Amino acid sequence: MNFSETGNNLKLMLIFSAVILTMPLWLAPIGAGYPDLLQKFVIFGIFAIGYNILFGLTGYLSFGHAVFLGIGSYTAVWSFKLLTMNVLPAILLATIMAGVAAALIGYISLRRSGIYFSILTLAFAQMSYNLAYSVLTPITNGETGLQLSQQDPRIIDRAFSTAGEGLPSTELFGISMSGYSGFYFCAVVLIIAFFFSLKIFRSPFGMKLQAIKSNQTRMKYTGFNTRPYLMTAFIISGMYAGLAGALMAVTDPLAGAERMQWTASGEVVLMTILGGVGTLFGPLLGVGIIKYFENIFSAINEETLHHLFSFLPGFLESLMVTITAPFVGEGWHLTLGVLFMVIVIFLPGGIMEGMDRIKKRFRHQGDDNDPPGEGVDQ
Amino acid sequence: MSNLVLNIKSVNKTFGGLQALNDVNLEIEEGKVHAIIGPNGAGKSTLLNCCIGRLIPDTGTVTFDGENIIGKKAHEINQLGMVRVFQTPEIFPDLSLLENVMIPAFAKRDGAYSLNIFKAAADEREIINEAEKMLNELGIQGDHVHHHAGSMSRGDKRRLELVMCLIQHPRLLLLDEPTAGMARHDTNRTIELLKKIKERGMTKIIIEHDMHVVFSVADTISVLAQGAIIASGTPDEIRGNPIVQDAYLGGAHL
Repeated sequence: MNFSETGNNLKLMLIFSAVILTMPLWLAPIGAGYPDLLQKFVIFGIFAIGYNILFGLTGYLSFGHAVFLGIGSYTAVWSFKLLTMNVLPAILLATIMAGVAAALIGYISLRRSGIYFSILTLAFAQMSYNLAYSVLTPITNGETGLQLSQQDPRIIDRAFSTAGEGLPSTELFGISMSGYSGFYFCAVVLIIAFFFSLKIFRSPFGMKLQAIKSNQTRMKYTGFNTRPYLMTAFIISGMYAGLAGALMAVTDPLAGAERMQWTASGEVVLMTILGGVGTLFGPLLGVGIIKYFENIFSAINEETLHHLFSFLPGFLESLMVTITAPFVGEGWHLTLGVLFMVIVIFLPGGIMEGMDRIKKRFRHQGDDNDPPGEGVDQ
Repeated sequence: MSNLVLNIKSVNKTFGGLQALNDVNLEIEEGKVHAIIGPNGAGKSTLLNCCIGRLIPDTGTVTFDGENIIGKKAHEINQLGMVRVFQTPEIFPDLSLLENVMIPAFAKRDGAYSLNIFKAAADEREIINEAEKMLNELGIQGDHVHHHAGSMSRGDKRRLELVMCLIQHPRLLLLDEPTAGMARHDTNRTIELLKKIKERGMTKIIIEHDMHVVFSVADTISVLAQGAIIASGTPDEIRGNPIVQDAYLGGAHL
């Protein structure tokens, strides 16, 4: 826990906002400056920040958070179909619906802790996935996924104008939510979401959640009713996931059951661990790395590799291409897997721990009277 | 007659065929330090667990400040003002010393649940000052309050836990062998701390093996053997009691 004064929050938020809003500029040189990928960075960033409030602070490992992502997407698309193409009601309703679902699932799952909690959330996730895939077809449109259509009522929009030609697109008071405007909208939502997470991390409430992670027995005998604290953290993180799901629908108005699958739940766990569990920025770093690998490494093919190693003599060039080829293109998961293993084995605190160690090494060279280990800081 | 803080009436507890507590009656008066001594397996910890909500007695009542506490949850009993120090240190190892002491202060001020994320923990000046004052009493000052609690020695952890309980200003403090497994100089530091608390007039129940500790701090002593209280009285009365000497002390230890 960082004990910095409130004044620092403003500085931190300004820097954070600047970094997020200038992403199209500084990500362009590494080939990630296009709206589609930028939107993914930001949306999964919100998902991971919210997940970190549960997993990072309380230590409760949920394997079912993709449920809330899916519910957010479905709710948002229904809002586009029934009410309006304006994105504000969509994200508002999606966040509320995800919160309600999180209250139900949390109420049951939080009766257990540790591995049993994880299994319960996983069971709920798979149940929800199968419901969305088959039983609830009238609501979710099953395998095909929920899409917009011309026959949608859109009552609020109809009250002001008649239906135009073709499918309408999502908008915020007339500004279309595709491409860069979509990215900037999501980026602003991320900045607000990050601000709330910062407030939680630095509040007594956040400190109590960390105390629950550290020793729940002591918390109970210290006079805290721990269940409502865990419920609050679970619901908040579910709402973050619902918000992220809604933004997915905002940038691309369709929702499918695969968004709820356990692999999607697993992905956010990977992102959080890779970046650094329980740190403010770690989950965002994890998102950046995984989404970058997914989009950039998977696009590299043998031709690109030949070009990359063309400075080497002929036989070495083909050798290098043969060695590296399995790790790119379709095989990008292999690279990710290796990276993940290296991080978990050598830096259990994730990339944030690595950065912390480097920082400490530099500080120690300058000043030997440094107070010893504060552990992983923010 | 002085005010009763805790009243334990004909409490029985069995585990399978074992009668762990046999018709135990105990009255704890306000402002007194009451020691419970007895050989291993006499039922001392069971008795404490029945008071704090960890175990529910088979029969009998436990009233705290006139309120029946049987069946209440651990956090409810704490909020009523009965606070316990455990035999193995129960602290928050991943948090800093300062945070360890701030957390119970929050429980005292805000109750069992409060959701306020709009004030930073660093801005809770009053609570930070109080926590730092408590830590100073342990000789922990300056930047050291930000050290991780998990890296301390066992004795320091136990004293930290004691301070965590003290910051709540409990009506009744339960101490489960506060010096068990400590070296002599470590024990003496804990006794110093306990004596300091005694001067504040806090009511305490203390379970202890170490007679040196018991006779240094206790006002009243009850002797528990095989689940039953066999004697109660002032330290001098207990010293001279032949039944106690027979059952437990064996005379020579005194």
